Amino acid sequence: MTGRIEARFAALQQQGRAAFVTFLMAGDPDLETSLALIKALPQAGADIIEIGMPFTDPMADGPAIQAAALRALQSGTTLKKTLDLVRAFRAGDNVTPIVLMGYYNPIYIYGVDQFLIDAKEAGIDGLIVVDLPPEEDGELCLPAMRAGLNFIRLATPTTDDKRLPAVLANTSGFVYYVSITGITGSASADAKAVSSAVQRIKRHTPLPVCVGFGIRTTDAANEIARHADGAVVGSALVDVLRNSLDAEGRATATTVPAVIELATALAQGVHAAAK
Amino acid sequence: MNSPLPNSFRAGPDDRGHFGKFGGRFVAETLMPLILDLEKAYAEAKADPAFQAEMTGYLKHYVGRPSPLYFAERLTAHFGGAKIYFKREDLNHTGAHKVNNVLGQILLAKRMGKPRIIAETGAGMHGVATATMCAKFGLQCVVYMGAVDVERQQPNVLRMRALGAEVRPVTSGANTLKDAMNEALRDWVTNVHDTFYCIGTVAGPHPYPMMVRDFQAVIGTEVRSQILEAEGRLPNSLVACIGGGSNAMGLFHPFLDDRDVAIYGVEAAGHGLSKLHAASIAGGQPGVLHGNRTYLLMDHDGQIQEAHSISAGLDYPGIGPEHAWLHEVGRVNFLSATDTEALDAFKLCCRLEGIIPALEPSHALAKVAELAPELPSEHLMVVNMSGRGDKDLASVAEHLGGQF
Repeated sequence: MTGRIEARFAALQQQGRAAFVTFLMAGDPDLETSLALIKALPQAGADIIEIGMPFTDPMADGPAIQAAALRALQSGTTLKKTLDLVRAFRAGDNVTPIVLMGYYNPIYIYGVDQFLIDAKEAGIDGLIVVDLPPEEDGELCLPAMRAGLNFIRLATPTTDDKRLPAVLANTSGFVYYVSITGITGSASADAKAVSSAVQRIKRHTPLPVCVGFGIRTTDAANEIARHADGAVVGSALVDVLRNSLDAEGRATATTVPAVIELATALAQGVHAAAK
Repeated sequence: MNSPLPNSFRAGPDDRGHFGKFGGRFVAETLMPLILDLEKAYAEAKADPAFQAEMTGYLKHYVGRPSPLYFAERLTAHFGGAKIYFKREDLNHTGAHKVNNVLGQILLAKRMGKPRIIAETGAGMHGVATATMCAKFGLQCVVYMGAVDVERQQPNVLRMRALGAEVRPVTSGANTLKDAMNEALRDWVTNVHDTFYCIGTVAGPHPYPMMVRDFQAVIGTEVRSQILEAEGRLPNSLVACIGGGSNAMGLFHPFLDDRDVAIYGVEAAGHGLSKLHAASIAGGQPGVLHGNRTYLLMDHDGQIQEAHSISAGLDYPGIGPEHAWLHEVGRVNFLSATDTEALDAFKLCCRLEGIIPALEPSHALAKVAELAPELPSEHLMVVNMSGRGDKDLASVAEHLGGQF
């Protein structure tokens, strides 16, 4: 059976365009708003939706996503409720790929086997777990592959040619190239460097390569989409979300429209890129 | 536990950094190549007699080792039981055991050609030791410290600044040691090319727990020969406080296979184990944080909980993975002491021995007060006096109010 991620990239390739991949934190600032947002994202042009699993100690994230995780936890979001969120989304959309992204401890405490059963049943297609390098593949990566979920690995500027085969060995769905050494939402990526990095990765794998970290504008999204199979935007969307909240950090009438407006603009940038 | 006990308790970790199921390398891909480089560089340095000779020389002439093994005569008489010895790590240059490890890591950083050093610190003793060694060897030094700790450990902040380090207060999470470690990891992931992360305890991704243990094992190795010289036999028990657990591991490790030596690690029970505390073994469960699997304080959803201890150095919701394993195989007994018990022990030690202990080893002393009176006078008990208490005087005065 072809998975949703594979099917989506096959369709995009036929259309000759790159994927627009969005990231938002589950339950930021509350689960109801979160559901409204992810339901609206495909219409806005999102080809793949990444949903953050909130964690107290997001070691690879910058201030924007740290704060998003804390807002989500404050609103009572748990891993179980994150799965419920995806289940609710799937009731109305059975084609848009959903990827959960986060850190290992909440999954480990949930129980790896039970988590994989529940994630598959909820309609999740892939997992990105920041603190599980190939050296720890036995923890979740291999069980996830057996359960029919894609395990999407991060490759970074420090992943040299010698190490790339190990990083790519058990990767499926797509490869997420982290375009900078740093945390989310910090420096922006240099298009030339990204282009050569993507080419380098593609020499090692037939998988699509999506690029993230540091993409904030329509122009930047367009530029990256010329050189990669997809562009991932997270912190920029999370920043717009945060700016729409009231003084107590609650959603307002402008929250969903503001995020969707930026997503729409970024999607246009990605989709206008000639491949 | 159904699995048989190992032939040796000193053989770990395996080549993937595991002590039983604990330890490992749970880090972002960006850091993985750096950790592999570090592992290789450390293995080479460890096997290089020149590196070892350089360390030994600085330990003697700069740190002031060996530190004394001191018979605490009045405390022994006061408790009326076991014969109590203090391993005086508080007399090291910079005032705590932390410098043993920092010296090793800074020499390694130099060897690896890394000009910029970052560190996290809780009580500030690791930060001070790092700032000191960076000053001595001409390296740039950035120390991450929780904003709460910057407030309660002002003397150490001033010492670090005097030594030329940049102290960056951390205002994410609970503003304490765990958050300082997150910020240090974020710095490292950003500055991969020139930066060496000098971790202060036996935690973090492999090879840190092993490497820091090796550098601290000088404590137990010295105790072994000093007690043989003083008493003609090994001690009957060892006691040390545990936050991440580097002073404890340094004392314990050389004795792990002497199975007649009873070993006690003392965690911080804060306000009490049913309230806010920092006792990961007593009140936590195995999980994954900061690069390793170990016992952690967390909620049912796997979210890390804030630790609490009067002692900033023990205020961490985890423990080194090798300690977690030694707990599971039953080689080390883990106890805990509350803030109040630690303060009582602090006062007693000041008045009876003329030694102002740090609040961290005051936790160990608090359990000595329970263990020692029940033991015969021929029982030899070694307590790790891991640091001096000058830095804590302001917070002790605040807690004791009029009694101080």
